[in-house]
Amino acid sequence: MMQITERDTRGAAVEAEMREPVLATHDVGVRYDETKVALSGVNLEFAAGEVTSLIGPSGCGKSTFLRCLNLMNREIPHCHIDGEIVYDGHNINTPDENLYELRQSIGMVFQIPNPFRKSIRDNITFAPRCHGIKDKKRLDEIVETSLVKAALWDEVKDKLDKSAYALSGGQRQRLCIARTLAMNPKVVLMDEPCSALDPIATFSIEDTIGQIAGEGISVIIVTHNIEQAARISDKTAYFLLGEVVEWGDTDAVFSDPKDKRTQDYLTGRFG
Amino acid sequence: MASDIKAQVSRAKREDKIATGILMAIVAFIFILLAALIVYIIASGAQKAFDPSFLTGKPEQFKEGGGIGPELFNSFYLLVLTMIISVPLSLGAAIYLVEYAPGNRVTHIIKTVIEVLSSLPSIVVGLFGFLLFVIYFGWGFSIISGAFALTIFNIPLLVRVIQQALESVPTTQRDAGLALGLTRWETTIHILLPTAMPAIITGIILSAGRVFGEAAALIYTAGQSAPMLDFTCLDFSSPTCPWNIFRPAETLAVHIWKINSEGVVPDLAAISNGTAAVLMICVLLFNLIARFVGKRVGKKLVAE
Ligand SMILES: Nc1ncnc2c1ncn2[C@@H]1O[C@H](COP(=O)(O)OP(=O)(O)OP(=O)(O)O)[C@@H](O)[C@H]1O
Ligand SMILES: [Mg+2]
Repeated sequence: MMQITERDTRGAAVEAEMREPVLATHDVGVRYDETKVALSGVNLEFAAGEVTSLIGPSGCGKSTFLRCLNLMNREIPHCHIDGEIVYDGHNINTPDENLYELRQSIGMVFQIPNPFRKSIRDNITFAPRCHGIKDKKRLDEIVETSLVKAALWDEVKDKLDKSAYALSGGQRQRLCIARTLAMNPKVVLMDEPCSALDPIATFSIEDTIGQIAGEGISVIIVTHNIEQAARISDKTAYFLLGEVVEWGDTDAVFSDPKDKRTQDYLTGRFG
Repeated sequence: MASDIKAQVSRAKREDKIATGILMAIVAFIFILLAALIVYIIASGAQKAFDPSFLTGKPEQFKEGGGIGPELFNSFYLLVLTMIISVPLSLGAAIYLVEYAPGNRVTHIIKTVIEVLSSLPSIVVGLFGFLLFVIYFGWGFSIISGAFALTIFNIPLLVRVIQQALESVPTTQRDAGLALGLTRWETTIHILLPTAMPAIITGIILSAGRVFGEAAALIYTAGQSAPMLDFTCLDFSSPTCPWNIFRPAETLAVHIWKINSEGVVPDLAAISNGTAAVLMICVLLFNLIARFVGKRVGKKLVAE
């Protein structure tokens, strides 16, 4: 109930967009080395402005799935993706999909904060410049808006030309988020973005995630922290041994899991 | 039980101490040996090496008091030419091997070939260069033949250094670039190369030291004669024009070899010692520069 009132305040435009999923997978599977099946038969949908958590034990294919969504798995030579991944109304899992455009609209944040060895400003402007934005004023705007969105602006606005490596771990991670937001993505993928951070930094990232979703971006986050999943996500998918065992509204999954295996995992009786 | 553990701990500590002692002795031995060698070479040639007339003078065939002017120039000129040819080639090869074709069979074969090449005796490289550049291409004993022989000599080392520098850039940096929709090329050029640059520059300068001191690869390619150079000469086909790449050019290292094997000048030992000292000082300088530049570039690239 609470969620519905919250959504109402986000405005009608976002509301209308939310009915249609921005990203959906049909029967997605992944094989490594032709024989090793890491993932099979995944059918999930992700709507705009929604946060989806992917949870499950280690090695069950969460990262593998996430890396399918922006086709990062294509960079691994022996990795093969089956099934359909529908983004913006068309299947992107085709050989002639333009990876470079796709990855601008589906951004990714990694487990270990990985800013470039450049200044804070250059970290953000680098990709837009490569994609052809040259105007200095426009770039400055991008720097400010994306840092504001990532809740980092106040902390770094006076040292934009300092090295990104002079920042703390949590700040670096928010810089990486800002760098992704600078591309104006529709979807942001996050692979355990807080696992290298302390609780305070984790909370500030969670805040940031809430804000990003408020902008109408679909956030998909892998996490090992069950409480985090409960705190921040609208939907939760539980992965086990390369399959999705349970998927639904976070409240429902946590309060009344349909599958016995999900229940075991959530109550810590797993394994 | 408790005394058992105690005994074990004290034994482990003792062993650790002995191992540390032995390792330190080995290091000290190597260090003293090398330091003594360097000091000896520089000391025995110092008198000549810091004498301007020796550094710029004309070599003598039969008289006392010859200099090493042309040899000194030839060494640097050859070095620069070799680097101009071998750095871009090595950079391209290393980038391809690490970023574009990691782990496939062709890469594996190429890597093996490069390793074999890097252990090829340099006299073999020299004779190969003699056959190919001097005879077959008809370039004669010339700077250009020498530069290509040195390139063959230098590429394996340089490729390995650049490869290692690129491999040491964390994978997360590649992922970051690609995930922003950059191409592999953009990621390599703008992210990976700058990050690897300090190590690459250090490697290039260190390899320059090796090239600078190389003799065997040059004896039959760049030749063993050093006509006096005329720096006012702009006729690029004249053998006295310093920039003419088709003139024979003896270098410092070759000069040492030649003077000792067939020299008849009376002050042979002094000239040889002086040349060796000059060579040694140059190589030491290369090493110091390598460290300094590597650090500076590193700091600059990370915007610190
Ligand atoms: N590059 C790869 N090559 C071969 N197999 C891989 C590769 N990456 C992952 N795998 C395999 O795929 C399976 C799923 O791995 P994945 O990294 O997706 O798990 P995960 O759910 O993200 O685990 P964790 O929670 O530990 O991050 C594992 O069995 C793993 O061994
Ligand atoms: Mg993972």
